[in-house]
Amino acid sequence: MQTNSAEQTEIVIDIKGLYKSFGNNHVLKGVDLQVARGENVVVLGRSGSGKSVLIKIVCGLLTQDKGSVTVLGEDVKNINHKQLEQLRLKVGFSFQLSALYDSMTVKENIAFPLMRNFRELSKSEVNSRVEDVLNSVSLLKSKDQYPAELSGGQKKRIGIARTLVLRPEIMLYDEPTAGLDPISSIEINNLIRDISNQFGVSSIIITHDLVCAKTTGDRLVMMFDGVVQSQGTFDEVFDTEDERIKSFYEYNFI
Amino acid sequence: MVFKSAGYTGDYLPNSILHLACALKFSRLMKMDITDRGEEKIYLSKKIDGFFINIAKTSRFVLNYFVELFRPPYEFPEIARQCYKIGCDSLPLISLTGFIIGIVFTKQSRPSLADFGATSWLPSLIGIAVFKALAPLVTALICAGKVGSSIGAELGAMKVTEQIEAMDVSASRPYKYLVFTRVTACVFMIPLLMLYTSFVAMMGSYINISINEHISLATFIANAFDKINFIDFKGSIIKAVVFGFTISMVACYKGFNTTRGTEGVGKAANAAVVTSMYLIFIEELMIVQILGWFR
Repeated sequence: MQTNSAEQTEIVIDIKGLYKSFGNNHVLKGVDLQVARGENVVVLGRSGSGKSVLIKIVCGLLTQDKGSVTVLGEDVKNINHKQLEQLRLKVGFSFQLSALYDSMTVKENIAFPLMRNFRELSKSEVNSRVEDVLNSVSLLKSKDQYPAELSGGQKKRIGIARTLVLRPEIMLYDEPTAGLDPISSIEINNLIRDISNQFGVSSIIITHDLVCAKTTGDRLVMMFDGVVQSQGTFDEVFDTEDERIKSFYEYNFI
Repeated sequence: MVFKSAGYTGDYLPNSILHLACALKFSRLMKMDITDRGEEKIYLSKKIDGFFINIAKTSRFVLNYFVELFRPPYEFPEIARQCYKIGCDSLPLISLTGFIIGIVFTKQSRPSLADFGATSWLPSLIGIAVFKALAPLVTALICAGKVGSSIGAELGAMKVTEQIEAMDVSASRPYKYLVFTRVTACVFMIPLLMLYTSFVAMMGSYINISINEHISLATFIANAFDKINFIDFKGSIIKAVVFGFTISMVACYKGFNTTRGTEGVGKAANAAVVTSMYLIFIEELMIVQILGWFR
């Protein structure tokens, strides 16, 4: 998907002039980013360039110092707690370390947000929705296992399944392939693609894995020092004379 | 912020302006969402700001419990699970401690009373000591160690592994599920455990007395409760409720505000125990003083 085509379709995430500092550490210095419905945007950049902070602001886990973030037509900073909760039901967040609840089985992990947000659902409806998402991440057989018994790749998939069960319109992935072997990484990349195609969700994928970026992204956004350095398709972004972007590409494939 | 941009550090400001700015900051923080959604701007010096931020954060954390009290649903299954965990897990330690306290206290009080030929006062002395002071305090201190550290470590580990954030982003209201349930369970269970400690301590005392003197259980109980009135009983229950609230609230707060990975988890568990122990002693003193006014 080209950048200019986003203007013609519905914008689901609109970030304008975003600034965020932690003390004297200025992490974001005026980020502008738009995500169209159904689009997968990959945000690339070095560690500490503010990528994770960006998506935490999008889902309201952090608040920006300056600038605006509009998600599905709602200004995230200026909505009340109830509206934020409603918005969060439409925005799934997949954590870097999966963040599965240790004391619950896989099935309980996935049923948890469902049972707490849709109390009117019967037990059989909850079970059927849990099994549906477990099927879509190909891990139905692990439903009675605890997170400690799963591999890194399986944990990632369960983490994604837990967000999918709420049927979100937007998915935010924080380093989906970090710490995984190449085979598991490919599986996760394919899963992200499948989710996008199957459920029509829009995504922001934070990564420094170029294979992940190439496989999952319709559009790439390159961030350095808290600002967007360049954006476009994979080839457009890396067809450049910018030394930092070139070295980012080269080191990824060493 | 105005002061900062004008080049002031805040340390040289007149006291009235400083207090006003702190109050503004405090009131802003009180209005903020309970989850920490980012750092605030520095108004004055980092130390002064930090002090007020901590007070505001703690106040919001505690006040939110009372807000949630009037906001159903109440997570009864989770409250029941926590009650079971807090109550049953503490029983062996509390039984042993209570029983030994009963025996030792009786054994050590006997010589003093025997000097005055007043050993027949032992049951009422033990009754007063156990019901009015020892049982609430001992139960609270044991639970601060056992329950407080467990809650602090559990929530701390959940915090550093982003499990609490995961609940937050899925609109699962982590405060209600993790804090409200634990605090409510503690408020219910600590008074029950206190009554159980009293019972076990009295049994220990009865065994010790019956070895030395011939006394029936009925006479022992009648003597023991002779000097205890309703205000004493109510006072002990109030103490236990306050201690239960303090232990769980401190542990949850420390757990929820854990930083710096696994080291932080250990620190949270430790701080949960130490802080609640300090507060328990201060509250004990205050409650005894207040109850004294009603006699």
